[in-house]
Amino acid sequence: MKVAVLQFPGTNCELDTVYAFEKLGAQTQIVWHKEESLPEDTDLLVVAGGFSYGDYLRSGAIAKFSPVMKAVKEYAANGGKVLGICNGFQVLTEAGLLPGALKRNEGLHFISKHHHLKVENNDNIFLEKLNKGDVVNIPIAHHDGNYYIDDAGFKELEANNQILLRYTDENGNISNPNGSVGSIAGVCNKEKNVFGLMPHPERAMEEVLGSADGVAMLEGFLA
Amino acid sequence: MKAIVNVFLKAGVLDSQGKAVHHALDSLHFEGVEDVRIGKQIVLQLSHTDKEKAMAEVEKMCEEILANTVIEDYNIELV
Repeated sequence: MKVAVLQFPGTNCELDTVYAFEKLGAQTQIVWHKEESLPEDTDLLVVAGGFSYGDYLRSGAIAKFSPVMKAVKEYAANGGKVLGICNGFQVLTEAGLLPGALKRNEGLHFISKHHHLKVENNDNIFLEKLNKGDVVNIPIAHHDGNYYIDDAGFKELEANNQILLRYTDENGNISNPNGSVGSIAGVCNKEKNVFGLMPHPERAMEEVLGSADGVAMLEGFLA
Repeated sequence: MKAIVNVFLKAGVLDSQGKAVHHALDSLHFEGVEDVRIGKQIVLQLSHTDKEKAMAEVEKMCEEILANTVIEDYNIELV
């Protein structure tokens, strides 16, 4: 299993991501944004979190024009698996690889804390190790995590089981930290090979650090 | 010539910053403010001399990068 992890200027979660996937036994490689191709035989491409290009203009807006993004688009179009975490999710929506957009949090504050999420759909490789309705505890750390999609788009997401995770309390009741439409924390594309979420599963790999619920999520890709 | 681009969240997309400023204005007892929308202004100094060409070019910039048309509207003024 070969995992490529994208690194833009301002990315800061690439090493956590590498740690998480290596802990699960994957081989990893960090890919600088100036590269024009991805490593051969990449099984999963992760767009890691951080503040690519300082979040200038909009989060993820400038990263979408990095040289490597052309290869990313081709890779996704050919069915390659892509996971965007936090800023990576923002980059993927800006690049048009995932529907919707991420706005400033409703309360205008940067939120950094553990949050519970409910698995909404698991008929995809990312969450197949979890059951529908499972509640996991995963850290969030974002300023622009307020997912927006118009009504028609939202209905489409629901109809195609594209909503991956919703923000809830520990009992699975909706509890929305940032104002996102439908309390959405993560979505995938219609083809179910491109995934994006604001929470950080790669930061939930060790009980001693508060939660190891990220293991079951990332393990899905290793099947 | 200059292009002045204004980018705002679309009508119907909640503008949290606008709302917060609206509350602040209310608490300062400014009356008669019905709505506040906050956007950004991008000023481009252009070397173009043809207005029509410049407008087409700036529109393209807005569609490709300056605005995220999923959530934002823009308008362009050439001066």
